[in-house]
Amino acid sequence: MRYLRQTLTIAGKDLRSEIRTKESLNAAVSFAVVILVLFSFAVDPSADQIKEMSGGLLWLVFAFAGALVLNRSFARELGNDCLDALVASPVPSSALFLGKALANFVLLLIVELVALPVFGVLYNMSWARQPLLLAPVLLLATWGMTVIGTIFSALTVNLRLRELMLPMLIYPMMIPVLMAAMRLTTLLVNGEAIPADDQIWFRLLVGFDVIFTSLAVTLVDVVLVG
Amino acid sequence: MREKILYGMGIVAGLWLLRNLYVILLGLPDEALQGAIYRILFFHLPSWFTCFTAYFLAGGASILYLWKKDLKYDTFAVSAVEVGTVFTMVGLVTGMIWARIIWGIWWTWDPRLTWALITYIVYASYLMLRRAVDDPTTRARHSAVLCIFAFASVMITYKAIDWWRTQHPGAVLSFRTGGGTMDPRMESIIYQNWAALMLLTAVLVAIRMRQETMSREIEGMRRFAHAI
Amino acid sequence: MSAVPPEAAINVRQLWKYYGDFPALRNIELNIAPGTCLALLGRNGSGKTTLLRIMAGLMRPQKGDVRIFGNDPRHSAARDAIGLLGHGIGVYDELSAEENLRLFARMYGLANPNEVAAQWLKRTALDHVARSLVREFSRGMRQRLAVARAFLHAPKALLLDEPFTALDDRAIALLQSLLAGALKGGATIIMSTHQLREAMELATHVALLNRGKLLFHGERPVEMIQDPTWLYRTYGEG
Repeated sequence: MRYLRQTLTIAGKDLRSEIRTKESLNAAVSFAVVILVLFSFAVDPSADQIKEMSGGLLWLVFAFAGALVLNRSFARELGNDCLDALVASPVPSSALFLGKALANFVLLLIVELVALPVFGVLYNMSWARQPLLLAPVLLLATWGMTVIGTIFSALTVNLRLRELMLPMLIYPMMIPVLMAAMRLTTLLVNGEAIPADDQIWFRLLVGFDVIFTSLAVTLVDVVLVG
Repeated sequence: MREKILYGMGIVAGLWLLRNLYVILLGLPDEALQGAIYRILFFHLPSWFTCFTAYFLAGGASILYLWKKDLKYDTFAVSAVEVGTVFTMVGLVTGMIWARIIWGIWWTWDPRLTWALITYIVYASYLMLRRAVDDPTTRARHSAVLCIFAFASVMITYKAIDWWRTQHPGAVLSFRTGGGTMDPRMESIIYQNWAALMLLTAVLVAIRMRQETMSREIEGMRRFAHAI
Repeated sequence: MSAVPPEAAINVRQLWKYYGDFPALRNIELNIAPGTCLALLGRNGSGKTTLLRIMAGLMRPQKGDVRIFGNDPRHSAARDAIGLLGHGIGVYDELSAEENLRLFARMYGLANPNEVAAQWLKRTALDHVARSLVREFSRGMRQRLAVARAFLHAPKALLLDEPFTALDDRAIALLQSLLAGALKGGATIIMSTHQLREAMELATHVALLNRGKLLFHGERPVEMIQDPTWLYRTYGEG
């Protein structure tokens, strides 16, 4: 019970800071829109081609914009040595991690929920035809990205070139999640049913989330303290 | 003494590889469908075995480091990963040469090729992270965590790739096919080449470990000098 | 393993900390009784900060161990008991003074965070700016808020790293009165410092670190009241 309260306290703190300054949220949302616009030059936005690559386009946008949010996650603690104050407090490292992951998760979802309608308008797609299946894909894949991003945000927080190192580390790790999310999202935003063969991607998403959440929760204390 | 054993092992590995090369080039006949180029397989497959053995051991050493906090495990992990990435490169390049001859293209986004490339990138980022951290203890801790994540992610990616269509040649070794698809003489050379490469790997890792230990000692002395 | 003396508030045994192959702390043995104030002296790079960080549970040593009232520093009971004031102020610029204190009160699991926050804002004379963002604060106000943050859960062990450096007069007066009060209330204080004169007003004990080794540890020598640098000269630190 105390653990849950501590987790929520940390998540609330991060969200409050972010909503107040909008440092990463503004950057991530505008970055997402810019990529969406730029992409119209890479392919013919009116062609059928765009339908086939919609999932891929969307998740690349989410991943690129998401890195801006994830980068700030632990970096925001550097300012006044707040990280020391947090780690020295009775909040366990894993609660600290989960709280921060939860805040990042909400922020990434906000970015995605802004980017999706923009994508729909710009590329003339009615993306919300299967909301009940699209929602779990968004939630599961976003949590997978969040877990990887948050733990590596903690790992890189004291590095020179932190902004460059984080994407280098997280994108290759996120590939399975991105693969699954791209495949399923393409089917779903085009209003197609998910063939039996592709059901397995849901399992991959769940498996990825479970494995990496447990790894991150186990190892975060080592990352933060030693 | 240790040095002599090390160089002795290196020489044995080199001679063994030469002898295998002799058998591969002159002893074995051309393959029925692929002609001479199939011989690249004798280096391609063992390189992959070798690099995955190295990555696997590096993952184990990383867990041991986090448990025992002894820098020698970290030294082993970085040495194994470095040698492993060299063999990943060998595997990738030999695969590309083979693909050029057989498929007519250097690269195709065949899932297994893609996976190999991802593996290479993941472990290259491990080496990059190490360069960015100054304190050896923090470096060891953080790269151990990354190494564990890297191995898990590479394994999951492998599984994901399995679910994607593959145009990579399937299993050829008898323990996976139940025998009969490959000349036992050819198969034995594959294993012998693997063994020779593993021996070479052991030598390279040992040399790299010594160098890593020394550079850490020098770093420690430099800090000591600054402290005075 | 020898038993921890029951009277020790903080007990450090055979502690070694390495950065790579460089020993930052070498075989530190310290026994700090409750209700004492230890001034940790030594030059830059002597290992004072490292020792304090290990006691605060921000780092783990390679060898040896630290007990805070009998617990490992990472144990939640130990962390409940510790108040930390480091180099940074450890409060958030984008939150208000009140929000910062409430946040830390919640993290320490205090029963009524709002009351505690209000009470500490008053004690540090920040109640008139409770709702302003810390970003807008002057230097002295930020430091007073940091002090409130470190004290608000009534810690039994206070770890202070160079607490008087960069403080203005008002914050120094506040900190000294709070420390004196805490000491009277039975708290244990460890502070690393260069400001010998300020430290000597409170210190009951002193410890001298040199290149990671503990050269002296004991009650404050009487000579240090008149001449705070006595210890340095006596132990060859110039």
